[in-house]
Amino acid sequence: MVEPVSGRRIRILMAKAGLDGHDRGVKVVARALRDAGVEVIYTGLHQTPEQVVSAAVQEDVDGIGLSLLSGAHMTLFPRILELLKERGAADIVVFGGGTIPQEDAEILKQAGVAQIFTPGTSTDTIVGWVKERFGGRTAAA
Amino acid sequence: MAIAAASQNLVDGILAGSHRAAAKAISLIENDERASEQLIRRLYPQTGNAYTVGLTGPPGAGKSTLVDDIAQIARGDGESVGIIAVDPNSPFSGGAILGDRIRMMRHTVDPDVFIRSMGSRGHLGGLAVATSQARDVLDALGMGYVILETVGVGQSELEVAELADTTVVVLMPGLGDSVQTIKAGIMEIADIFVINKADHPALARTAADLRELLRLDPRQRAWTPPIVKTVATNEDGVHELWQAILKHRRFLEEKGGLKERRRRRLERQVVEIAARRLREEVLVPSTEASGFRRAVQAVTDRRLDPYAAADQLMEEGAKRVAAGS
Ligand SMILES: Nc1nc2c(ncn2[C@@H]2O[C@H](COP(=O)(O)OP(=O)(O)O)[C@@H](O)[C@H]2O)c(=O)[nH]1
Ligand SMILES: [Mg+2]
Repeated sequence: MVEPVSGRRIRILMAKAGLDGHDRGVKVVARALRDAGVEVIYTGLHQTPEQVVSAAVQEDVDGIGLSLLSGAHMTLFPRILELLKERGAADIVVFGGGTIPQEDAEILKQAGVAQIFTPGTSTDTIVGWVKERFGGRTAAA
Repeated sequence: MAIAAASQNLVDGILAGSHRAAAKAISLIENDERASEQLIRRLYPQTGNAYTVGLTGPPGAGKSTLVDDIAQIARGDGESVGIIAVDPNSPFSGGAILGDRIRMMRHTVDPDVFIRSMGSRGHLGGLAVATSQARDVLDALGMGYVILETVGVGQSELEVAELADTTVVVLMPGLGDSVQTIKAGIMEIADIFVINKADHPALARTAADLRELLRLDPRQRAWTPPIVKTVATNEDGVHELWQAILKHRRFLEEKGGLKERRRRRLERQVVEIAARRLREEVLVPSTEASGFRRAVQAVTDRRLDPYAAADQLMEEGAKRVAAGS
């Protein structure tokens, strides 16, 4: 047992937005995060930004990891950031991955997306980033 | 003082119906025992209105799908619904994949439904340590019904019956050990049996096994648990399930059983808190005093027996309490 039974866990909501039906990649990352001690709330395919944000609020996650292969990233990410603001939950960190061109990734990061993992990023890199980004935070009140 | 102010903010938010505040409160309960006490003390007067339904049964039986269906029907009746779904944490990493929510996504944007996934964090018994107090939070949030879904592994998920007003045991046909599982105490806690996946060919056999088991049960019951057959994925039979829940609720309310169940639950809770305080605030500090070390030495040397030493330890503790230290 690496972690004590009590104490704070990093909580991440993993969602798949848009129309494509592939969730193999998300599931691989979800398992790797679990094995790194993270509580992953997996919400399945075809999530709308409204569903993602409501779920993230109820689950009180530290971050939302959004996977997108359908090309709608330039509308979905900003919409999620906007809804989080509306719900008074702008402290929930948004990151993502999928088929997102480098120049779009830069624009999204300017807009407030914390990190975009481009295709080919290793699972270890993603897990390392999550631990680094969220590991130091104390229980929010 | 910082803790007090923060928890008062959360309480105000919860009473105003804020999902964000309720969610933060549940995290606090999961992570910080001391802050959680402050919170519950403030919240407690506003609890006691929600009706709690527990679902337990083997993994894959269809509990999450049924919770989703029950929530749908309850919403149709104008009821608000809080849901706490517990899944196991990995004993190796402490992490978890909490996936019950996938089956309930149609309720996610409904402001009168609140769904929380919870890791059991090593706690045995089918729930998490925080589940009881999280239930209180959803109660105070104004939810008419709170539904608890247990982990669904192991044979002894009996804890849910200590929290629930109505306990539903979900089984499925064709699982050789499915009816077997019931023998390990589940029989006693079931108010309603569901055989889900009634579209499966082994349904008749499982239903007959279960009826036989109920028939052989020697205890006299004022309430005989009904057996409801459902196909959760098609919502077949779930109206009958909802009716069975309402009927059990009426039975408890009319016969005074509900008050009695809740009184016993609170009694257990008070005794548990007192026992923990005795241990943490009286016994443990007393073991750190020099008198205790001398007593243990005496036990080692056979000048004192362990019972006499324990009596000394308790007297020491009582003195400390009397002195207010
Ligand atoms: N054929 C059939 N499949 C079902 C039924 N109810 C649930 N399932 C499926 O069984 C699987 C497990 O269901 P889930 O609700 O997650 O079970 P849980 O582990 O008990 O919460 C899912 O793939 C469901 O779609 C049913 O009545 N019939
Ligand atoms: Mg489930």
